[in-house]
Amino acid sequence: MATVEARGVSKSYQGRTVLASLDLDMGEAELICLLGPSGCGKTTLLRIIAGFITPDTGTVHVGGRDVTALPPAARKMGMVFQAYSLFPNMTALDNVRFGPRVAGQAKTEQVKRAGELLDLVGLAQHRDKYPHQMSGGQQQRVALARALAVRPDVLLLDEPLSALDAKVRLQLREEIRRIQRETKVTTVLVTHDQEEALSISDRVAVMNGGKLLQVATPSVIYRQPADAFVARFIGLAGILPGVAEGAAVRMSNGTILPADAAVAHQSGRSVEMFLRPEHVRLQRMNGHVPPGALAADVQEATFLGSLTRVRLRLPELPDHAGLWADMPSEHAADFAPGQRVTAHWHETSPHVIAVEAAQAS
Amino acid sequence: MSQAATTPLRRDGVVHKRPASQGVAGLILPYSVIGLFIALAALFMAAPTVMLAVQSVTDDHGFTLKYLEALGGDNIVVAFRNSIVLSIASAAIGVVAGGLIAYFVISPAMPITLRSAVTSFSAVAANFAGVPLAFAFVSTLGTLGMLTQGLRSLGVDIYGLGFSLFSMTGLTIVYAYFQIPLMVIIITPALLALRTEWRESSENLGATSGQYWRMIGLPVLLPSLISAFILLFGSAFSAYATAYALTSGNIALLTTEIANVLSGDVSSSPQTGAALAVGMIVVMVGVLVISAAFSRRASRWHK
Amino acid sequence: MRRFGLAGWTVLGLAGLYFIVPLLMTVSFSLWQGHGNYGFDAYRSLLARPNLLPSLIVSIELGLATCAAIVLLLAPAMIFMHLYAPKLRPVFEFIAALPFVVPAIALVAGLSVLFTGPDWLIGTPFYLTIPYFFLALPYAYRAIDVGIRAIDLTTLTEAGQSLGASLGQIIRMVVLPSLRPALIGSMLLSFAVVMGEFTFANVLLFHTFAVLINEVGQNAPTEAAALSTLSFLITWGAMLGVLMVGRGNAQLGGAR
Ligand SMILES: Nc1ncnc2c1ncn2[C@@H]1O[C@H](COP(=O)(O)OP(=O)(O)O)[C@@H](O)[C@H]1O
Ligand SMILES: [Mg+2]
Repeated sequence: MATVEARGVSKSYQGRTVLASLDLDMGEAELICLLGPSGCGKTTLLRIIAGFITPDTGTVHVGGRDVTALPPAARKMGMVFQAYSLFPNMTALDNVRFGPRVAGQAKTEQVKRAGELLDLVGLAQHRDKYPHQMSGGQQQRVALARALAVRPDVLLLDEPLSALDAKVRLQLREEIRRIQRETKVTTVLVTHDQEEALSISDRVAVMNGGKLLQVATPSVIYRQPADAFVARFIGLAGILPGVAEGAAVRMSNGTILPADAAVAHQSGRSVEMFLRPEHVRLQRMNGHVPPGALAADVQEATFLGSLTRVRLRLPELPDHAGLWADMPSEHAADFAPGQRVTAHWHETSPHVIAVEAAQAS
Repeated sequence: MSQAATTPLRRDGVVHKRPASQGVAGLILPYSVIGLFIALAALFMAAPTVMLAVQSVTDDHGFTLKYLEALGGDNIVVAFRNSIVLSIASAAIGVVAGGLIAYFVISPAMPITLRSAVTSFSAVAANFAGVPLAFAFVSTLGTLGMLTQGLRSLGVDIYGLGFSLFSMTGLTIVYAYFQIPLMVIIITPALLALRTEWRESSENLGATSGQYWRMIGLPVLLPSLISAFILLFGSAFSAYATAYALTSGNIALLTTEIANVLSGDVSSSPQTGAALAVGMIVVMVGVLVISAAFSRRASRWHK
Repeated sequence: MRRFGLAGWTVLGLAGLYFIVPLLMTVSFSLWQGHGNYGFDAYRSLLARPNLLPSLIVSIELGLATCAAIVLLLAPAMIFMHLYAPKLRPVFEFIAALPFVVPAIALVAGLSVLFTGPDWLIGTPFYLTIPYFFLALPYAYRAIDVGIRAIDLTTLTEAGQSLGASLGQIIRMVVLPSLRPALIGSMLLSFAVVMGEFTFANVLLFHTFAVLINEVGQNAPTEAAALSTLSFLITWGAMLGVLMVGRGNAQLGGAR
């Protein structure tokens, strides 16, 4: 229930930069997921916010108050770790009432508060169990209840679901979202699972190499990735390299593919065109390729239940070009591997991003 | 069932799937080795112990309790008391000092080289005991020891102040030399098993370092501390060489008393020695039983 | 923990003094020749003692014999128990715990009641191999047990047998090599235990290295200090070996 502002935060270990002057602003009651590949600095940022790591430069404000110099115990933040964080010598109830207890609350008060929170996470009937008597998912619920028992300003979760199996993970993430909405606590959740991030966040913060690349709502992150890393990292995207030419992109084989008008001011630059699989339509090749479409070969078709996902090779384009197409499974029989097809899409579907100078070969 | 029978690699199926050629003959060697080991243990460990028990209650005329009753005699009670006090004192010092050393050494703030130096020195010192240890301390703190003489030349006469290496205090100081490193070796794994998540969670929830230790650290360590104390108690209680070389019988301890009987240095009957030995075993069993009860209570939250 | 920096260094500093001062004093005492003179006299006269070499040899032989008993009897018995008679595990655990409950001096007492002959058994120093085996048993048992659990003996043996290997081949080619660190560790530990063992040897009147140290100490203090120094170096060597082998449990011996 407080805003969080990290300003100019950087950290390096033995001269190796782990966080490079990073800014993050969170609104009240917002849930932000820190998403990025392993080793990109997510945990480091979270622990700087929690106070376990002192940043080399920069400040952290909570609710407008500078907490950079405060120890973790004075920051009013709840933290949930990946696993094994419950005190093994205490029951679920005793774990949850630990915070109120060390804060000196009356025992009846502690027990009442802990009982409410165990109710909230749906474990009221397990209050007298020890951690080793509970499943991984139950343990993480208790850890969540324990973190919330101190009425924190900010809730910090470091990959809280990644040690759980798939089904429990799905269930628990919905529950984290519900509880976060109910308690309205400002929350940072670290994850390397993009589906998790997209499904429960108000906003997603994509990190790579110690930098924040984009902070935006899940749908903006998915539809308008700010750069090529985000576009590649989030979801599946076909990539078509070319050169911007007016409101279109020219491929290396000469094909002109229409794009949205915004491309016009990049005219003449190397760009990449990103296409989500759900936007690509296929037709069996019947001799000619209509304008705005590309000839392709089906390389592989993966049955995913209601959908079938087809991977396409583009024989006339450079090697790193490629496309994906999703189609209802009942149509998939027409597109077996080896089939020649034409791929086309609505002209507003592609998202075009200029290739960074350093990246251009 | 039928499925299990057709699975070639059943966990418990070793015996069934041993190649037929080995048959019963193949079992002779394994079982005779196992049998030999158990027989040796029965003959040279169990039988002597039973013999002691029998001998302590028999004399020329058959069953008697007089030797066990003699354990209530004044000098024997002193020996029991000395042995138990020495063992408890040196084990307590070992647990506290060794525990603290281990705790500080594994702290991330300590250089890693210091940590491995302490680990390997502990392994050596825990095994550097007995006669050589006794003489090392005689060379240091004996009446003519280097440290005693050095202090004397500085005007401090520790023997004049009432200290003696050949007293209970002296023995405790010497025993600490193997007890402390023993504790460091035993307790380090238990300390390393304390997860940083517990400490950070407690800190995050507003607990002080003292509250962390009182409410989480020590309760979690308690079973390990109890078993470490028992091990240290036992190692001091059964120590003979160090005491023998240091005190030459000045201080009555159970181990030296039994040795005196055995070597005929004192005019006691062998039955007295047997009764003393039985007494020692009873003390050890009692200590184990008590500690097991404590340990069960301390680890009721455990698997 | 950084807050405890000062307390930590104080504790470690005091401990360092307590552990290092006696060693330094012993070494310098062993070099002391009276009246401010220092030299290697004590070591020289020690080497000149006619009974030094024989007692050292007896101790080394006993150490080797005990190691042999561990490798040739204890290890195979434990391996076979794992494979063929897992129900006997509690019996093995009980036997391995016995030497802790029955102090060495009590065992000597019991042995001397029970065995008053024959002379070929109790008349030679090799008789000591039997009690030494049990003295080393708790530590060797633990080290080997850890080793066996770590390699999943059952699966290894099944895999070997499914490839057509005989039991002997499996033990020789698969099991023993995997257990090597545990075996070497427990051998070095047992060796250190035997080299320092005094109780049995003294009471049963055998002239081993530790008995010699005691004898020398009664009348030649500087030579005893020299022997203590040597003994510390021997222990150090054995323990360094245990630590280098890695998995060995560099714990305690029975020389006390
Ligand atoms: N205490 C440390 N000392 C040295 N390097 C560290 C330390 N902590 C983290 N790092 C390095 O910083 C980088 C980021 O780590 P982390 O924040 O844990 O990544 P993430 O949580 O995104 O996987 C990693 O490359 C890691 O090796
Ligand atoms: Mg991480």
